[in-house]
Amino acid sequence: MTQATAHAAPSSAPGTLVRTGVLALVAALVLAVALSAGPRAGAILAIGLGFGLALEGFRFGFTGPWRRMILERDASGLLAQLLAIGIVACAALPLLAANGAELKGAHAPIGFAMVGGAFVFGAAMQVVLGCGSGTLVNAGSGNAIGAVALPFFAIGSFAGAYHLSWWTSLGSLPVMALDGTKGLAITLAGLAAIAMLAIRLGRTGSHRLPARYWGAALALAALAILHLVVAGQPWGVVYGLGLWVAKAVVAVGGDLSGSVFWSAPANAAQVEASLLTDVTSLTDLGIIGGAALVAWWRAGFASPVGVLPARGWGAVIVAGLVLGYSSRLAFGCNIGAFFSGVATGSAHGWVWFIAAFAGSWAGIRLRPALGLEARK
Amino acid sequence: MRRVHVAILVGLGILALVVLDRVQSDPLNPYTAPPMLALGSGLPATGGHCAAPPPPLR
Repeated sequence: MTQATAHAAPSSAPGTLVRTGVLALVAALVLAVALSAGPRAGAILAIGLGFGLALEGFRFGFTGPWRRMILERDASGLLAQLLAIGIVACAALPLLAANGAELKGAHAPIGFAMVGGAFVFGAAMQVVLGCGSGTLVNAGSGNAIGAVALPFFAIGSFAGAYHLSWWTSLGSLPVMALDGTKGLAITLAGLAAIAMLAIRLGRTGSHRLPARYWGAALALAALAILHLVVAGQPWGVVYGLGLWVAKAVVAVGGDLSGSVFWSAPANAAQVEASLLTDVTSLTDLGIIGGAALVAWWRAGFASPVGVLPARGWGAVIVAGLVLGYSSRLAFGCNIGAFFSGVATGSAHGWVWFIAAFAGSWAGIRLRPALGLEARK
Repeated sequence: MRRVHVAILVGLGILALVVLDRVQSDPLNPYTAPPMLALGSGLPATGGHCAAPPPPLR
């Protein structure tokens, strides 16, 4: 995700002693969280760190591969995503079928706002070149666009959740989810069908995955399965971001009783509770930390920050807000809806993918108009 | 400006969030925390997730 880190001067790389010290510090931090908030909290933070390490370490994401599929007909990144989702589905669907009370899937209803939200999210993620996980990784690795977009992503996520019940009341179907062996077979067939279509539309040879994509797909799949087993729910991103802003609003005397969502007993209790008891907050913080660790390890922090025109920064702020808001309407981002939704059998994950991919096509064409890249 | 400066600002932002959380939230009690693994715990799955359907309008 941070191409500039690949070209950093190795001379500024940290020494072995410093590296060992920092790794010990990270381990101590995870242990401190486990001791203060319980072993599950420590384990989820460690898994989040793993996600950050994998995404930044393998330079893998969701926005870039979709962009390359659309612009260059390079199917490899999309195929790696489908591979990871398929592996997770092979474990998640049987686990959910056998442990329906202890584990839950990323199951959400399909509706007007959900489809529209996914389309808008797809467009906005191409504007900032960062999705849900990508924005966290970019911010952690010192990418200024990601760092500026992140707080506005969180504000948008809070606002989207604030209004979510109203948006959903505009019209939605009951929650539809595939389950059991039949559900797994349909999910794998669907993933295979998209893979075949991507290979057919992709340029010759782009079906071959480079080694880093294999590494990323396998690492993300293993971590996502572990996340489900430990946390009891699939990997997600945006709930935690909105929660951070909800806590800040309450801290300055704000009243959330006007929101059906934030005043619901479970969410109100989570606003009162520590962030260290919230699953998505822990994984989000871990992703930022893991990405920062890789960037520092590679001496990528020495790279200069890119310069944008004022209009470009304005577009990043607006896109950040839109990313957060639309991801709540869409019942998740590329992680909560696409990756985890499809892998746990939710029909909304498939609809999210189609709508967000169409939105990405539009977002790619928006970037030059917003001053974020040169017009061709 | 280099990436390290951006990363430091992000780190300070997270630190501020953690401090705010510490001041505002109910105190933590590791002895009432759930077991490490949800699978096999016998406890129902809880916790917020972006895919969870919202409460209906009042």
